[in-house]
Amino acid sequence: MKDYAAASTSTETVPVATSGDVVSMRQTVRTLAQRCGLSLVHQTKLVTAASELGRNMLVYGGGGVVRAAPVVDAGRSGVFVEFRDKGPGIADLELALTDGWTSGNGMGLGLSGAKRLVDEFDIESGPSGTTVRIVKWGR
Amino acid sequence: MNTESNTRLLVDTLTARRDDFLAQWARTVGEDLRGRLSMAELGRELGELYEALLRALSAGSLDSHGEEFGETRSLLIELSRNRARQGFTPTDTARSVFALKEVLEPSLTGDADSVRAYLQFSRLLDDLGLLTSEAYLRTREEIISSQAEQLLELSTPVVKLWDGVVGVPLVGTLDSARTQVVMEKLLQTLVDTDSTHAIIDITGVPTVDTQVAQHLLKTVVAARMMGARCTISGIRPQIAQTIVALGIEFGDIPTNASLSDALRQALKEVALDAEDDVRGLL
Ligand SMILES: Nc1ncnc2c1ncn2[C@@H]1O[C@H](COP(=O)(O)OP(=O)(O)OP(=O)(O)O)[C@@H](O)[C@H]1O
Ligand SMILES: [Mg+2]
Repeated sequence: MKDYAAASTSTETVPVATSGDVVSMRQTVRTLAQRCGLSLVHQTKLVTAASELGRNMLVYGGGGVVRAAPVVDAGRSGVFVEFRDKGPGIADLELALTDGWTSGNGMGLGLSGAKRLVDEFDIESGPSGTTVRIVKWGR
Repeated sequence: MNTESNTRLLVDTLTARRDDFLAQWARTVGEDLRGRLSMAELGRELGELYEALLRALSAGSLDSHGEEFGETRSLLIELSRNRARQGFTPTDTARSVFALKEVLEPSLTGDADSVRAYLQFSRLLDDLGLLTSEAYLRTREEIISSQAEQLLELSTPVVKLWDGVVGVPLVGTLDSARTQVVMEKLLQTLVDTDSTHAIIDITGVPTVDTQVAQHLLKTVVAARMMGARCTISGIRPQIAQTIVALGIEFGDIPTNASLSDALRQALKEVALDAEDDVRGLL
């Protein structure tokens, strides 16, 4: 997926190193979603996906950086969010994206659920880290 | 010139002019704090500190981290804590220590020994002043975290809604620490009020993700183990859609859009239970 944040002049960057950071990152994403005119349902879905990916980044990736930006493409507008960590990566992506699979004691729904909650979902993972990019479009 | 003769010189000066120095020190600090502390209290604090300093120096030490300065350090930490609570800035507190340098300065005779001794003493006071800043920060952190804890307690009220029905209106985020508090309070209130029904209301929870869901489920399981029936209410339409898309299932836990619906349902069940009880007696 294209790095929409690089092209935008109003990119917000939020480092995530504590669970408090996840909360403020969520607020940043929510404010952006409101500004971009997403409906309440779309806002909630996007923020919830961000919460899942932000917490995965913190728990499994040892923290990282979130970048969020508005996107306008082919007349549509939406919100782009990127989650980048330098953790150990995900060995088996297909398995990690399976509903109910967790390596810890979670519900194993964060990754697969986040994918369902957004319109575009892109994940790259290797031994030097994991990057997830998502877009939620307004109607 | 070694440490020993330096400290001896200092001890001699500090002992000979004790009353004079102390009075001046208290006056300087008092001016600095602009009367926000009573002179009597200030005199007592600085007096204790002065004696402790003198004792450590008499033991031949100029090392602020050394054993000899243990008493001085604990006095300073206490002073710093008190000042933090009284709302003084860390600068105010550190300056109280540094002020002793100014007090001693005019007594410099100008000969090399006395200058060297003064410089060493002033380095010592610098270290001790910094110590108060560290202690100040630690105290502030303690105050902040205890306030956060109090807030946690306050923001998780568990209330008796009706005879036999307890309500838990959650507001904000539900992390592990919060869940623990909620759970303990809920279980205790169920026992205290002899209730059989609990309604957990999430109207005030902006984001329900897998972590929140897991914590909610845990709380419900705990309440059920006490024999209580649990309902989750306040599931707004956008939250319901999000929960479904995430794939979270609340299983056989009854859910309601509004607290009033949940309460109505619970009261019906309480009444039925009571009827059963009466029938059981006959
Ligand atoms: N950023 C990441 N770095 C490394 N591993 C990850 C990362 N994100 C996810 N994983 C792995 O993928 C698994 C599935 O993630 P998912 O978010 O679906 O479930 P979970 O976090 O275990 O539980 P929850 O349902 O509470 O989110 C995780 O258990 C973890 O092993
Ligand atoms: Mg997860």
